[in-house]
Amino acid sequence: MSLHRTAHGMSRRHFMEHLAAATTLTAPTAAWFAQALRAGAAEMQRHHKACILLFMEGGPSTIDIWDPKPGQPTGGPFKPISTSGDLQISEHMPMMARQMQHMAVVRSMSTREADHQRGRYYMHTGYVPNPNIEYPSYGAVVSHELSGKASYLDIPPFVSIGGGSVGPGFLGMNFAPLVVDSNGDIRNLKMSVETGRLTQRMNALSKLEKSFADQNRGEAAADHAKVLGNTVNLMTSKQMAAFKVAGEPAAVLERYGAGGGNRGGGGGNRGGNTSFAKGCLMARRLVETGVPFVEVDFGGWDDHQDAFAKLKDRLPILDQAMSALVEDLQQRGMLNDTAIVWMGDFGRTPRINGRGGRDHWARSWSCVVGGAGIKGGQAIGKTNADGTAVETDPYTSQDLMASVLKSLGISLETVFTSKNNRPMKIANSGRVIKELFA
Amino acid sequence: MRRLNLTSRIVVVLALVGSSIAGAQWSVSSAVAAPKAKAAANGKAAAKKKTDDAPQADAKPKTGGGIPLASARGGNLQALPSSAVRDEDIVAFIDKQIRAAWDAAELKPSIHATDNEWCRRVYLDVLGRVPTVVEMKEFLVHSPEGKKSALVNRLLDSDEYGDEYARNWTTIWTNLLIGRPPARPNRRDPTSRAGMQQFLRRSFLENKPYDRMVYDMISATGTTAPGSPEYNGATNFLINKLQENAIEATAKTAKFFLGVQVQCTQCHNHPFNEWKQEQFWSLNAFFRQTHADVKREGRDIEYATLRNSDFRGEGSTPSDAEIYFELRNGTLQVAYPMFLDGTRLPTSGYVKDVDRRTELARMVIKSDYLGREIANRMWGHFLGYGFTKPVDDFGPHNQPSHPELLEQLGRELAAHGHDLKRLIRWITLSEAYGLSSRMTADNKKDDPALGEKPKFSHFYLRQMQAEQLYESLLVIANEHRKPGTYEEKEGKKADVLRQFTLTFGNADGEDATTFNGTIPQALMMMNGQMIENTVSTDKGSFLRRLANSTKENEAVEILFLSALGRKPTSGDQAVAHSLIDGRSSNPVAGYQDLLWALLNSNEFIFIH
Repeated sequence: MSLHRTAHGMSRRHFMEHLAAATTLTAPTAAWFAQALRAGAAEMQRHHKACILLFMEGGPSTIDIWDPKPGQPTGGPFKPISTSGDLQISEHMPMMARQMQHMAVVRSMSTREADHQRGRYYMHTGYVPNPNIEYPSYGAVVSHELSGKASYLDIPPFVSIGGGSVGPGFLGMNFAPLVVDSNGDIRNLKMSVETGRLTQRMNALSKLEKSFADQNRGEAAADHAKVLGNTVNLMTSKQMAAFKVAGEPAAVLERYGAGGGNRGGGGGNRGGNTSFAKGCLMARRLVETGVPFVEVDFGGWDDHQDAFAKLKDRLPILDQAMSALVEDLQQRGMLNDTAIVWMGDFGRTPRINGRGGRDHWARSWSCVVGGAGIKGGQAIGKTNADGTAVETDPYTSQDLMASVLKSLGISLETVFTSKNNRPMKIANSGRVIKELFA
Repeated sequence: MRRLNLTSRIVVVLALVGSSIAGAQWSVSSAVAAPKAKAAANGKAAAKKKTDDAPQADAKPKTGGGIPLASARGGNLQALPSSAVRDEDIVAFIDKQIRAAWDAAELKPSIHATDNEWCRRVYLDVLGRVPTVVEMKEFLVHSPEGKKSALVNRLLDSDEYGDEYARNWTTIWTNLLIGRPPARPNRRDPTSRAGMQQFLRRSFLENKPYDRMVYDMISATGTTAPGSPEYNGATNFLINKLQENAIEATAKTAKFFLGVQVQCTQCHNHPFNEWKQEQFWSLNAFFRQTHADVKREGRDIEYATLRNSDFRGEGSTPSDAEIYFELRNGTLQVAYPMFLDGTRLPTSGYVKDVDRRTELARMVIKSDYLGREIANRMWGHFLGYGFTKPVDDFGPHNQPSHPELLEQLGRELAAHGHDLKRLIRWITLSEAYGLSSRMTADNKKDDPALGEKPKFSHFYLRQMQAEQLYESLLVIANEHRKPGTYEEKEGKKADVLRQFTLTFGNADGEDATTFNGTIPQALMMMNGQMIENTVSTDKGSFLRRLANSTKENEAVEILFLSALGRKPTSGDQAVAHSLIDGRSSNPVAGYQDLLWALLNSNEFIFIH
């Protein structure tokens, strides 16, 4: 079925060039160019920079995970344990404890948005919501800056697994996340007609597209054609195998907690929910294939009541999959080039409410980063005894973003020009958390 | 009237944050009555409402330092002359206001949309589908005079379109009020989608006044599912929003019906929002007599009951049923039912003394916010952008683009019996709605996507919603009038569309869609079953019948009219014929290719 072996001997790239309405390259040149890129791809893939964002939708209780307060009225029932780094974390994160030499916990996050929608947006973009402008999210920024180095890539440079992430804002549809769920099945991927006929259809379509787009109806009309092109790219790409997590050896699936389907589960995965585990494994496979930014969403952290029982079920899933990801990237020699970021919309109130839960809290909480040259094994910043305030220099979403971008070798001097010609400094002029690079 | 018996007790504030601000909340003599005064200045605002439950206009509740409307501050509203009751006058007022903003921004409007474009637009926006070829042709041959208002009237008022009108608005409101059909059915959700739809559908079929609809939903009691013992479909708005002390009921009621986003203030006073934590919990207190009971059949929920029962209060004194909320410093503060404008209720938690939710429903529908919010929402529906973005977030932090127009539209709607069809007529017949989506050098900068407030100097291109696509495809394949009950058809639609729903993992029940112009949508359009069905060449299919009954030129024209609502240009014809000629042995396959290409084009998927 692959277009690489059509009767006309067209390569997929060649095919794509036919689809582009106004290419300046002649077809043979384009094909040659594509071949050359493909040859270089293997080498580039090995050392490309990438970022995996683990996003805890709902607002994770970081005081119960990364910044324990034993003996305090706010401390909750969980005990701290020592780790392979110079810090302690929750007893329900034993596998991560063994990987902490690679990871740094920023305990002095102080953000100001404690509403889900606003917090999710702020943590993803470094900007508070503004009705007049849509800012690009992490994935869009990183893929915008890095995808030029991954031109062999058929998969969109920004993939979001198990959640919608936040969109590309003014960077445009080319940097919108490809949203997939963790089973790796991409719906409607199979072509409905054979390739010769699809080519004819696409030729006609590209003419129709162009005449409408040329009527001065705004960017969306023109962007539509780009999405069509990217979609055909995807339909015909061998790289799609990256989404097929099920093909991994059983031991690997087991290590991530992705074995055993939805029932029974493997290892510490008591919740029986393997989505996050599969997502983490898929993220590794996508990064291996060359995707510069993958987000994996893990929802359900909005524990306004009975928080501790729920955390006891959920933390082992996080522990197993996240630790597997760190270990796997390390063993494959990818960790030095791959940043891992763990964050949520915000943290949760140190004070335990009357229903045994914790509410929304953005003033003092933790995020975790590692890989891509970030110095692991440390806690950065400090909260006070009961966790209600940051005692050291507080860090914001934009500071964290600036630091992650730096680890990826993206210049913080980068200035985007929004569509209304407003200059906009990357990561909202956040300052690098320097301890991460000490 | 009991509800006006303003309690004189001073609520003990255990702790005050920002005492100067909080202090102002309690001064009964506060002079902040500006919005009311303005409303009264408008001749028609005093027009008696026919809603039985609505309190009389002269029984003005005392306000205790509510928050002034953003747009009322320093605004110099020009009331319409009181004779301005005709639709034409209101449309003229809209046009005047919109034009004034063009002049101020030195914009020149685009030319008018073609009749074809306008007709397609109005079918998609009012009925949620493209026009048929016949409908389009009818519109095109109509004499120019009054043809637009004739079409709008026909879509709104004729029996022919009653069901489709109700179906479209039911879909829109169901998605808003209880979310889209989830990707995977949720066993624990007590909501009956069918019940919600039935309530809405009946409301739209009879053109129930909007305030009455809102009242019914906020005050609803009874059971959720059609056929259940005390069935009341209106209960489905609140039935799944009562968890954790009805936080979501509070937030969504304020947001959807009043355009006030208080959810941020649940935990703290928001730095960018004038709404205060206390206001959230005072509003929340209205919902604390409300309970949901679930009746199961095996593991599945058969139906749920929304009922009121006496609220003991968190201090266990039902005669003075208070709730507590926690300030950021951990101290507790007391809250009783108090509406956003400062109106208070007696503090008893006994339903026989005061039915808090019914009182809330009355206050909501009396509020100036109600008309303003629905006017903004409807304007956003038709024009692609409301006067604020999002359409349900008013507040000092989010100044509307056309404050006077918004205010006036809300007021006119209230003065005209909250008749949504009237509002639709005003908007669709406005000049702004009739403009072309082609930009010019003189209005290119008017692009809200660029971060400018919308000036509506050209029509903003926007994508169809998944539901509009679904219904349009049925029309194109001529399957929209096939037999089948409403429930069956809706069930089928939900099954097809649930693939696009993304549910966020938090307690707010928010959702999003991947039918948003990205790759999953394009894959569905290229390879998915929905398009496959539309372009089917099986026996009895639209394309097969077309091929059997029509010559090639005419068939091409019909395909263009069906999908794009216009005839092909000569360039289009060349494209079409080369596709079809490529399949000379099998012309129907050529039609199939052409229709596929048309449906996958930008011109099809955009409302323009």
